[in-house]
Amino acid sequence: MEKSKKKAAHPLDNLLRTDRIPHIWCAGCGIGTVFSSSLIALQGSGIDLKKTVMVSGIGCSGRAAGYVKLDSYHTTHGRAIPFATGMKLANPELNVVVFSGDGDLFAIGGNHFIHAARRNVDLTVICVNNLNYGMTGGQAAATTPSMAKTTTTPMGNPEQPFSLPLLAFASGASYVARWTILHTRDLTKSIEEALLRKGFSFIEVLAPCPTGYGRRNREAPLETLRLYQERTITRNGAHPTEATLDINKGITVGKFFEQDRPTCVEMYDRTCRPSFSQESA
Amino acid sequence: MKPAVLTGEHFITGDIACAEGALAAGCRFFAGYPITPATEIAEHMSSRLPDVGGTFIQMEDEIGAMAAVLGASCAGAKSMTATSGPGFSLIMENLGLGICTETPCVVVNVQRAGPSTGLPTLGAQGDMMQARWGSHGHYEIIALAPDSPQELFFQTITAFNLSEVYRVPVLVMTDEVTGHLSERVVVPEASMIPIQNRLRPTGRKDRFRPFQPGPNGVAPMAIAGEGYGIHVTGLTHDERGYPVMTAEAQADMLERLTGKIRRNLHDIIRTDSYRLEDADIAVVSYGVSARSSLAAVDEAREMGIKAGLLRLITVWPFPEEEIRALANRVRALVTVEINLGQIHLEVQRCCGGKSPVFLVGSAGGTVIPPENILEVLRSV
Amino acid sequence: MKYWRIPFDVDEIQTSRGSVTIIEERCKGCGYCIAYCPRDVLELSDRYNAKGYRPPAVKKPEACVNCHYCEIICPDFAIFSEELPPDAME
Repeated sequence: MEKSKKKAAHPLDNLLRTDRIPHIWCAGCGIGTVFSSSLIALQGSGIDLKKTVMVSGIGCSGRAAGYVKLDSYHTTHGRAIPFATGMKLANPELNVVVFSGDGDLFAIGGNHFIHAARRNVDLTVICVNNLNYGMTGGQAAATTPSMAKTTTTPMGNPEQPFSLPLLAFASGASYVARWTILHTRDLTKSIEEALLRKGFSFIEVLAPCPTGYGRRNREAPLETLRLYQERTITRNGAHPTEATLDINKGITVGKFFEQDRPTCVEMYDRTCRPSFSQESA
Repeated sequence: MKPAVLTGEHFITGDIACAEGALAAGCRFFAGYPITPATEIAEHMSSRLPDVGGTFIQMEDEIGAMAAVLGASCAGAKSMTATSGPGFSLIMENLGLGICTETPCVVVNVQRAGPSTGLPTLGAQGDMMQARWGSHGHYEIIALAPDSPQELFFQTITAFNLSEVYRVPVLVMTDEVTGHLSERVVVPEASMIPIQNRLRPTGRKDRFRPFQPGPNGVAPMAIAGEGYGIHVTGLTHDERGYPVMTAEAQADMLERLTGKIRRNLHDIIRTDSYRLEDADIAVVSYGVSARSSLAAVDEAREMGIKAGLLRLITVWPFPEEEIRALANRVRALVTVEINLGQIHLEVQRCCGGKSPVFLVGSAGGTVIPPENILEVLRSV
Repeated sequence: MKYWRIPFDVDEIQTSRGSVTIIEERCKGCGYCIAYCPRDVLELSDRYNAKGYRPPAVKKPEACVNCHYCEIICPDFAIFSEELPPDAME
C-alpha cells in the first residue's frame, strides 16, 4: 500500500473536535462505536447539523457531547433529558439528540426518562448500555444482570435489572429499538430513522465495558463481542415484553416498536396556543 | 389574547405580580412544579405564556424544572421557574450548572418556614443562606428581596436584566406573605420598562471562544442552533468551553465566575435608605420584614429615637460597603428577618465589632410585629 | 469472500475495492477491526504507538471491498477505508 505523506483525515473528522481526540474511553470500550454510528447517522440523515444539538448527562457516555463538533451540552447527572426538553420546547426547530449512559438515563435520571417519553418530547435518545457505572469504577447499575459481579455487588447482584425497551414502550415512546455495537449497520440505520422521526425515540445499544464490567465477569472485550454475535437474535417488531436480555436465554435486538403520535410541542400548540400555531403554519 | 405588558393599575397578589413582571421582562419559558406558596406563579404563567407565544411546562419535579429552564435559556429563551423551600433544595443541583455554564435565568423562591416540609402555608425568610451557598462549590450569585407586590413586579424584571447582563441565575427571594398579599400594582407602558438582553457574539464563528470574558467580565453568549458549534459543560472548563482537569483551570474559571460579579457591585447592588441621614440606630432588613421595620422606625422617631432603615433590595452580593459605612457612624445596628439570624451574620461580619448588632428574628410562620423591633430600638 | 452458495451471476457482479488507512496514534489496540473484518484484511502489527498500543496493519490490501465495517466498529476513529477504482489493484 502506498502511504500518503499528508496526515490522514478520518471521514468523521468534520464532526469531531479533533483537538480532543484521542478520547478518554478505555481500549475496547464500546461507547466510541455507538458514537461513531451516531455521527454517521447524523451525516447520512440529511438534517441541518447547524440546528442539531447533542445533550449528555454524566458518566463515560456523557463525555460524548464534548467530542462532537455541534452545539453540545454536557449537563448534570441524570438531567440530560429535562435539559433537552427545555431546549426543544424553547426552540422546536432544533434537532435534539440525547447521548448518555444507562446509569445516567435510568437510575438517577429514570424519572425524567419516563416523563419525557410520556409527553412524547421530540428527542432522539441514544443510551449506551454497558451494564454498570463505568466512570466510577464498575458499580452495579439499574441494568446490571442478576447475579453479575460489580464492585458494589461482590457476591453477585441480588437485584433484577430494568428492561429498557419495555420501560420506554410502557412510558409512551414513539420509537423503540435495541442493538449491540456489533450491529453497526442496523444501529446506524436505526439512529438515522430515529433522527428523522417525530416524537420520543429511544435506542438502547449494548456495549462492552471491559475495564468495569468485563473484568469482573470474565469477559475480555472480544469475548463480549463474541457473546453478542452468538447470543443475539434479531426480531424486528418483537413486542417489548419479549425483548430478552439474558446471556443464557438470548439477547433480542431489533426495531421493536414505532408509532405516530402527536409530539409534546404539537399538542401544546394545538391545545394552548392555536392562534400561534396557525400563524406559523 | 392579551399583550405581554398589561399596562394599567391592578389589584393583584405578589405571586401574580411576579409572573406579570416576568412576562414584561421578556420571559417566554417557564418550567415548574406545584408547591405552596409559589403555585400561583406557575398557574398564572400556564395561562399567560401562550398569549405571548411562550411555553409553559409542568415538569416531573423541581430538578427537571431547573434543568429545562437552563436548556430553554441555552436555546435562546428568557426562562424562569418559581418554587419554595423543598423545591429550592432540589433546584440547587442545576443552579450550580447554571452558574458554572453562565446560563441566564431567574429562580423565584416564595419562602415558607422550614426545615423540611415545615409550614407550607406560612411565610419565613429562612432560605437566605441557602440562596448564597446552597449549591456546592464556591461561587457568586445575585439575589433580590422585594418587599411588596409592586416591587415583585419590578424586581422580577430587574432579575431578568441582571441575569442577562451577567450571565448568571438570579434569585428572587420573596416570601409567602408578600406572595399572597394583594395590593395595588402599577404596570407602566411597555416602552417605559428597561429591558436588557444577553450580549451575543459577533465575528468569526470558528474563532469564537464561548467563555472568554468581555470588557465587563462577561462573555458574549452563543445560543444553540446559531452555528457556533459551542461546547458547554459543568466540568471545570477553559475559555473554549473545553474541560480541563487542573487546579490552574479551576482557579481561572472561578476568577471568571466570581470576578464578573465582584467587579460590578456598583451596578448590581441596590439598597433603599429611609431616615438614615441623621440616624444613630440603623435597622437593616429586607423583604416583608422591611415593612415591619419601616413602621417601627416611624414609631421610634415619634418617641424621639433617631432610627433609620437600610432596606436591602439586593441581598447577594451582600452590600458590604453600605453596612461598613453605617457601622462607622451609628451606635448600633439591628437586623430584622424571619429566621434566627442569617443576614444578621453578614451584618455582624461587616461591622467588624465597630458597633453592636442586635437581631430581631423569628422562627417563621408570622411576620415580625413592629412592636418587637421597637422594643429593641428603645432598649439600645 | 467465502460464498455458502454461488450466485449464478457471480462473474458479472463487480465488487467494490477499498483502501484502508490506519491513524495509528488514535488506536487503542482493541482488535475489533481485525476480528470482525469480513475479508480478513487486517492483522496485528508488530509496532507500538506512542500510547503503547499495537495498532492493526494491512495484511491483504487486495481483499478489501470497502465495506466500512472497520471504520464504524472502531471506537477510536482510527481506521477508515476509501473506495478505489475497480481496476486499481490489478
